Amino acid sequence: MAVDFSLWCVAVLLALPILAVVLVRHEWANGILYSANFLVSAGLCANAIFHLVTGAVPENIVLPLALPWIGAHFRLDALSAVFLVIVNLGAAGASLYGLGYGRHETARARVLPFFPAFLAGMNLVVLGDDAFTFLLAWEFMSLSSWALVMAHHRVPENVRAGYVYLLMASFGTLALLLAFGILAGPDGGYAFATIRAMPPAAGSIWLVLLLVLLGAGSKAGLVPLHVWLPLAHPAAPSHVSALMSGVMTKVAVYAFIRILFDLAGPPQWWEGMIVLALGGLTAVMGVLYALMEHDLKRLLAYHTIENIGIIFIGLGLALAFQADNMAAAAALSLTAALFHVFNHSVFKSLLFFGAGAVLTATGERDMEHLGGLIHRMPQTAFAFLVGCAAISALPPLNGFVSEWMTFQAILLSPGLAEWGLKLSVPAVGALLALSAALAAACFVKAYGVAFLGRPRGNAAAEAKEVDAFSRSAMFAFAGLCLIAGILPGFAIDGLAPAVQSLLGARMPVQAAISWLSIVPIAESRSSYNGLLVFLFIAASALLAAYAIHLLASKVVKRVPAWDCGFPLASPATQYSAGSFAQPIRRVFGTLVFRARERVTMPPPGEMGMARIDVELHDLAWDWLYAPISGAISLAADRLNVLQFLTIRRYLTLVFLALVGLLLVLAIWM
Amino acid sequence: MDVIRDLAVQGAQMLLVLLLAPFLTGFVRKVKARLLRRRGPPLIQPYRDLVRLTRKDALVAVNASWLFRSVPYLVFAATWVAAALVPTFASGLMFSWSADLIAIIALLGSGRFFLALAGMDIGTSFGGIGASREVMIASLAEPAMMMIVFVLALIAGSTQLSTIAAFMLSSQVGVRVSLGLALIALIMVAIAENARIPVDNPATHLELTMVHEAMVLEYSGRHLALIELAASLKLLLYVSLIGCVFLPWGLAAAESPISGYAIGAIAYLAKVLLAGSALAMFETSIAKMRVFRVPAFLGAALMLGLLGALLRFVSAGL
Repeated sequence: MAVDFSLWCVAVLLALPILAVVLVRHEWANGILYSANFLVSAGLCANAIFHLVTGAVPENIVLPLALPWIGAHFRLDALSAVFLVIVNLGAAGASLYGLGYGRHETARARVLPFFPAFLAGMNLVVLGDDAFTFLLAWEFMSLSSWALVMAHHRVPENVRAGYVYLLMASFGTLALLLAFGILAGPDGGYAFATIRAMPPAAGSIWLVLLLVLLGAGSKAGLVPLHVWLPLAHPAAPSHVSALMSGVMTKVAVYAFIRILFDLAGPPQWWEGMIVLALGGLTAVMGVLYALMEHDLKRLLAYHTIENIGIIFIGLGLALAFQADNMAAAAALSLTAALFHVFNHSVFKSLLFFGAGAVLTATGERDMEHLGGLIHRMPQTAFAFLVGCAAISALPPLNGFVSEWMTFQAILLSPGLAEWGLKLSVPAVGALLALSAALAAACFVKAYGVAFLGRPRGNAAAEAKEVDAFSRSAMFAFAGLCLIAGILPGFAIDGLAPAVQSLLGARMPVQAAISWLSIVPIAESRSSYNGLLVFLFIAASALLAAYAIHLLASKVVKRVPAWDCGFPLASPATQYSAGSFAQPIRRVFGTLVFRARERVTMPPPGEMGMARIDVELHDLAWDWLYAPISGAISLAADRLNVLQFLTIRRYLTLVFLALVGLLLVLAIWM
Repeated sequence: MDVIRDLAVQGAQMLLVLLLAPFLTGFVRKVKARLLRRRGPPLIQPYRDLVRLTRKDALVAVNASWLFRSVPYLVFAATWVAAALVPTFASGLMFSWSADLIAIIALLGSGRFFLALAGMDIGTSFGGIGASREVMIASLAEPAMMMIVFVLALIAGSTQLSTIAAFMLSSQVGVRVSLGLALIALIMVAIAENARIPVDNPATHLELTMVHEAMVLEYSGRHLALIELAASLKLLLYVSLIGCVFLPWGLAAAESPISGYAIGAIAYLAKVLLAGSALAMFETSIAKMRVFRVPAFLGAALMLGLLGALLRFVSAGL
C-alpha cells in the first residue's frame, strides 16, 4: 500500500513539470506549483513516517516499465523509508521556502519545471529496487539538478560550475554502473533481490568498494572527489542549493549504504578502515576549505563536505564493527551516521534558506560586503543563529547528539581485533574532534561577519526582512533542530528498523529509558539527556536574569563603542572574514593549502596604502585534476590529426580496428 | 529519602561552585602578589568587584544587538551548568547522568561560541581580534580535551564524570603511563582555556597581548559581572575536574554518611588551595608567549592526549 502511494506521488511530481511549462507565463504559477510540490512532499514524508511507525514491513512492486525482460522493481523497506522521510522533509521545506523565494526568481521558466523533476528523481533513487531503475533515476536526478544549476546560465561561473558538475556526475554514474555490473555477476541478475541472494565473491569486493566510493562518494562530496560541489551547489537558486546540499548528498549516502551494507554481503575490516580514513580526511579538509571561504553559499557547500565526512566516519565504524561481529557497536555507529544524515539535512537546509534570504535582501553572497544584518533582518538572523549553533555541535541542539553518538562509538573500538583499526580509530577520533572545533570557529566567522557588526556596504545597510513563507520555512527547521536535539530518543527509535534490517541488531529502545535520556549500548554506563540540559540552561539563565534584575542596576545607557578609547568610524576597520580566518590560516593553511602571505608596506613617510596578498592552493585541484585534464588535453591535441584524414585512410583504420578486435576475441575465446 | 539527599548534594554543589569561584580567582591573585613581594588585594576583592559592577549602569554601544545583551546570561548559564556537573566534594551527583564529560566540554564550547559572537557584535577591531584568536586557540584546545576524555573514558569504561571519579577512587587504577600523559595535557588545556599565562594574560589591557579581555572589552556593569563570574566558574571547573580525576582522595562516595561529605568538603577546599597556589607559582615563573607560539603549545597537548589514547587502544594495561 505504502509503496503504491509513494509511486503515485512520484507520478504527480513527474506530471508537474508539464503543468509548469504550460503555466509558467502566469504570475500565479509560482504559488500553485510550489504548493503542489509542498503537498506531495509532505504526503510522501507522512507516508514514510507511517510506514516506519507501523513496523516497516518491506513492500515490493514490479511495474512493466523500463527494460521489458526485467521490468521496473520498486521496494519500500525500512532504509528506503528513512531516506524518504529525509528527502521529502527537505523537499517540503524547500517548496515552502520557494513559495516566497521563487517570486524573486528571474529565470522562472528554467526553475519551475525542473524542481519537481529533481524531487521525483531523488524519490525514485530511494525507491528503486533493481540496478536499471536505480541508475536511471540516479541519472535523472543528476541531470535535473544540473539544469537547475544552469538556471542562470549567462553568469560565466555558473557555466563552469555546470560543466564540472556534468563531468563529475557522468563519471560517478559510470562508476556505479560498473559496480552494479560486478554485483550482478555474469548472469546479469540486476534485481536487488537477486544480488542480495548472491553477493559478489570476496576477490572482487575491493573493486565494488572502490567503484562505489567513486560513484556515490563523488556525489556525496568525499575529498578528493568534492571539487564540483562548492561550484555547483551555490550556483543554483537557494532553495535548490538547500536541496542539493542537504538532501541530494544524502541520496548518495543512501546509495553507499544500500550497496555496501545490503547488497555486497558481509563486510571486511579493511573496508571499514578505508572508509574511516576517507571520512576523517573529508571532515577536516571540508571545514578548512570552508574557513578560507568568504562567499556565504560556498562556505555552506564546503561545510556539507565536512558533514559528509562525519557521516562516513560513522559508516566506516559500522563496517569495521560489523566485520568483527560487534553487532551492538555497529548498530550504534550506523544509527549515529543515519541520525547525522537527518540532522545535517535539517540544519543545512535551514542555513541555505538563510543564505538565500540574505541574497534576496541584499543581492550579496560575499560576506565582505555584509554585516549588521541582525538589526535589519532580526527573524532571519535568529533562525540562522540556531542553524549555526546546531551545525557547530553545541548542546542542546541536534548536531551535538549525533556527534556524541559517534564519539561513543569510537570509545567502543578498543574491542576491535585488527591493529590497523586499533591505530587508525583514535586518529580519526582526533580528526573528528578537530573538525567539530573548527566548525564552531567557522560559524562564528560566518555569523559574526554577515549578521553582526556594522554594515560593510549599502546593500547590507538597506536590507529588508524577507517574506513570511521564507521565514516560516526557516523557523520550522530551526524548531526541528531543537526538538531533535532535546528529544533524540524518538528519532533513534525511528531509525532502529532500518539499522535492524541491515545489521541484525539495533540500539537499545530509547523510549524505555527513564527521563528520556539516550544510552549508546545496553551495557554502557554513559548517557546524555538533551531535555534536561536544555531545561538546566534555561533555568539557570532565567535565574541569573531574575537575580540580576532584582539586585542590580536596571539602567542601560546607549553610548558610542569603547574600543579601548579609539573607536574608528569606518566600517572597514572591523574584522573581515579574511582577517578573522587569518590565525587559523597561519596554523593550518601553510600546510594544507600552501598558503603564503605577502605584505607590501609603503616606504616610511609615504601615505600610500599597505597591501596584504594571500595566495592559496587547492591541492586536490593542483595535484589530481590539473594533471588529468592536462593529460586529456594533450591526448586530444595529439589525436587531432585523425580528424583530417582522407577517406582511404579512414577505411584502412576501420579495417585495422576490426581485425584487431577479432584477434582479441579469438584469443579471448 | 535518597532522592532528597541527592537533590541536596546537587543543590549544595551548585551553590558551592558559585560562591567559591570568585574566591579562587582572588586567591590566585593574592598568592601571585605575595610571590612578587606585593601585598595584593584582599581575598574578598573579587566579590566586591562583582557587587560594584552590578550596581553600576550598563553601558551598551549604540549599535549593539539583542544578542550582545543576552550573551552574558547564556554564557553564565552554560558555564554554571557545566560546573555543577563536575564532582567537587561528592561523586554521586543527582544529574550527573544527564550530561557526561563530552557534553560538559561542549557546554563550555557553547559559552565560548556565544562570547566570540558577542565580540563581533559591535563591529570594533578589538572585538574581532579577540574572537578570532579565541576560536583559533579553541580549535586546538577542544580536540586536545577530547583526547583526554578518550583516555579517561577508556580507563573507566564510561564518559560519566561521577563514574570516572568513583573508578579513580577504587583500587583498580594503579599507575598508568596514559594517565600521566592525560594529566599533563589536561593542565596545558586548562591553562589555555582559562586564558592564563603563558597563553593569555587575565590582568592585561595591553592591546596586542590580550585575547579573552579583547573579546569582552565592550561589556560593562552587570553584563561584565556575569562574564567575570563565568570566567571564575570555568577556572574552578577545571580545578575540580583535575581534582576529581587525578586527586580523588576524600571525595564522598554516593551513599556516604554526613561525615563523609564534611571530609569531602575539606578535602576539596584543600585541593582548590593547592591548585590555586600551583597556578600562581607557575604563572609568576613563566613569561607570556607570542600568540603564534600558542598553536605549538596546544598541538603538544593534542599529541600527548592522542598518544595516551593510542596507548589505551594498544594495551589495556598502559
